[in-house]
Amino acid sequence: MFQKSRLHGEFFMQGDIACAEGALAAGCRFFGGYPITPASEIAERMAYRLPLLQGVFIQYEDEIASMAGILGASWAGVKSMTATSGPGISLMTENIGLGMMMEAPCVVVNVQRGGPSTGLPTSWAQSDMMQARWGSHGDYGSISLVPNSPQEFFDLTVTAFNFSEKYRLPVFIMADALVGHMTEKVVIPPVEELEIINRKYTNKKTEDYLPYDYGKDLIPDFAKAGDGYRYHTTGLTHDKRGYPDMTFECQNELVPRLVNKIKNHIDDISLTEEYDIEGADVIVISYGITSRTVLPAITMAKKKGIKVGYLRLKTVWPFPEEKIRKLSEKVAGFVVPEMNLGQISLEVERCAHNDSIVKLVPHPGGAIHKFEDVLHAIEEVAHGK
Amino acid sequence: MRFWEKPFGKEKPKTICGEIHIINDRCKGCSFCIEYCPRDVLELSKDFNKKGYHPPIVAKPDMCTFCGLCEMICPDFAIFVTEKEE
Amino acid sequence: MANNTAQLQEKTHPMEDLLRMDRMPHIWCSGCGLGSAVTAFVEGLKKAGVSYDKTAIVSGIGCTGRVAGYVRLDSYHTTHGRAIPFATGLKLANRDLTVFVFSGDGDLFAIGGNHLIHAARRNVDINVICVNNFIYGMTGGQNAPTTPLGAYSSTAPFGNYEMPFNLVGIAAASGASYVARWTTMHARRLTDSIATAANKKGFCFIEIVSPCATVFARKNGGGTGLDLLKEFQTRSIIDHEADPTQIPLTMDNEIVCGEFVNEDSPTFWENVQAGIKSQLEKFSNWEEMQSNSRKIPHKTIRKYTSSRDS
Repeated sequence: MFQKSRLHGEFFMQGDIACAEGALAAGCRFFGGYPITPASEIAERMAYRLPLLQGVFIQYEDEIASMAGILGASWAGVKSMTATSGPGISLMTENIGLGMMMEAPCVVVNVQRGGPSTGLPTSWAQSDMMQARWGSHGDYGSISLVPNSPQEFFDLTVTAFNFSEKYRLPVFIMADALVGHMTEKVVIPPVEELEIINRKYTNKKTEDYLPYDYGKDLIPDFAKAGDGYRYHTTGLTHDKRGYPDMTFECQNELVPRLVNKIKNHIDDISLTEEYDIEGADVIVISYGITSRTVLPAITMAKKKGIKVGYLRLKTVWPFPEEKIRKLSEKVAGFVVPEMNLGQISLEVERCAHNDSIVKLVPHPGGAIHKFEDVLHAIEEVAHGK
Repeated sequence: MRFWEKPFGKEKPKTICGEIHIINDRCKGCSFCIEYCPRDVLELSKDFNKKGYHPPIVAKPDMCTFCGLCEMICPDFAIFVTEKEE
Repeated sequence: MANNTAQLQEKTHPMEDLLRMDRMPHIWCSGCGLGSAVTAFVEGLKKAGVSYDKTAIVSGIGCTGRVAGYVRLDSYHTTHGRAIPFATGLKLANRDLTVFVFSGDGDLFAIGGNHLIHAARRNVDINVICVNNFIYGMTGGQNAPTTPLGAYSSTAPFGNYEMPFNLVGIAAASGASYVARWTTMHARRLTDSIATAANKKGFCFIEIVSPCATVFARKNGGGTGLDLLKEFQTRSIIDHEADPTQIPLTMDNEIVCGEFVNEDSPTFWENVQAGIKSQLEKFSNWEEMQSNSRKIPHKTIRKYTSSRDS
């Protein structure tokens, strides 16, 4: 009677709860977490919903354990997730690196709040964007999706699970406290209408199976614990058998593969929305909640006769380098409003390399951009400053 | 206990003998097996193995009773015992 | 001798099926007790009669952290101190598995101490084997949370002045279902203990006191690994009735070994199942439960109505 307790229909729902429902719809059956404002609601919802769906909810002793736990659950073949905010991500970072190295599919939700340190627990910011990309030590490819509404929080959670299963890595959802605590209309489609991707299990015999043998797509086939493959995985640099091998040759094969398995699939992973890009002089690039708060400024600029295009990044990492590079040849410049003091704008600058102006509209978080500031930046870029 | 007569007409119980196998090149010369063999079957060899350690040798093969303690205590999986086939 | 070598070609080591022989020789020093601990583990598994395909081993970092890499099971070599939460996730997500955590004293009690006491408190059905060599071996002999008072280490050049942990005491006080301590010299009793743990429900903790010939003995004048083992033999006594909280390990007092705790208490998962079942019995269906947030506190979700559009 409780197994069919999946929701579908139209709801008036908080962003965090939409995220939890998205995870359940995607097939997540293990949640390990630790309470933190503003992500606690995800854990609360999971605690209520998972037992009914024969899943496991565990409130760990800290975020470090939560991240380690979802990796363990992932190796048992179960889709797993954790949700936290900035300080929690800082604690999880080491094990996120382990997930990247072991190639364990899972989803990490970061409902961003103002930092550094304890910062603004109840207010929002977008200042963890670079941490999501470069947080853990070493080189690896990573995926970060950024929702701008509760509806998109639901949708991108499903997508995040699909990407994590397909590319075998921990995938970040970089929401913020504003999206997490916002209550809006959320449409949940029936489960059979959602596109759900599951990890590719190996069909090899136990004696032929190599846990890190890969094909053209650079992604190894998965075997879960208890299937009799009796493989080894480690956070050390390892060969195809999963055995530690601390040689240059092995490092040179493994680490570029971890980067390239994402880089080579950027067309599939990169999700963007474009409006009025053709013939635009100025393009506003934004993501997350900022992409909604800057809309009045764009409307005002259009009224003033400036040709403004608008590019919204749903996938921030991997960064759509090629797209920005091509655009930079056509436009006068980019305006990048973001709720930090310059993170993604650096990436835009890198890709636009001197072809066009890149203007950051910084904001430390805790409030939203004043539309005058964004408008002013658009006008400046349009006039070639 | 000694009986004047074999009880219940049983044959004398067969003593079990073991045969020790040493994987010389895996040995790191810790001497655990030599020290803890209850029958002092093993001795330290004068020869070196590939890595420069002195592995044990079976000095009194007939004394081995297949207790398996050397196999259990060896930290290098370099020694094992099988039951001797008569 | 020539005869023996010839026969070797035909007969293989009896632990071949549970060890990754392609990785031998292992990295541990001559005289280290870790190999003996692994032997006891393998023998214990055989004795317990558990399915090898359904057994997983999780290690942290350090000398003992390398155990996972040498045992032919589903083996996971995780980050420093995080073997227990990883194993908890693995076990809860697939309850058919028998999950062992095999790690060192520094990994489980210094960096991972919090995870250990919480896993014991929850009574998660995992088995933790902690090899205690009183020191950080892999990094070169630094102070561990188990280094006895007065013992020398790389970071205690004037002798250790910190009180060490009593590992069995912590595990027992935190609520473990099974707590035992052995030295690597007690090969057979240790094997039995591991077999018991493998078949026992709840959080099982086994401390293995092991010689570290390369750093601990060298810094503290203990001689070779063999000398340490002999010392364990003279110093250790077996007392199953001992109070685990009253038997700390020091430089020269006796090493009290035994099975100190062996209780049957409900595991984490049993408690979860029982708790949910008793709550769900109050409702006949999901809709009724959803609309009743007083009995089970949760945020109710409202259906979206078009009047909100305006």
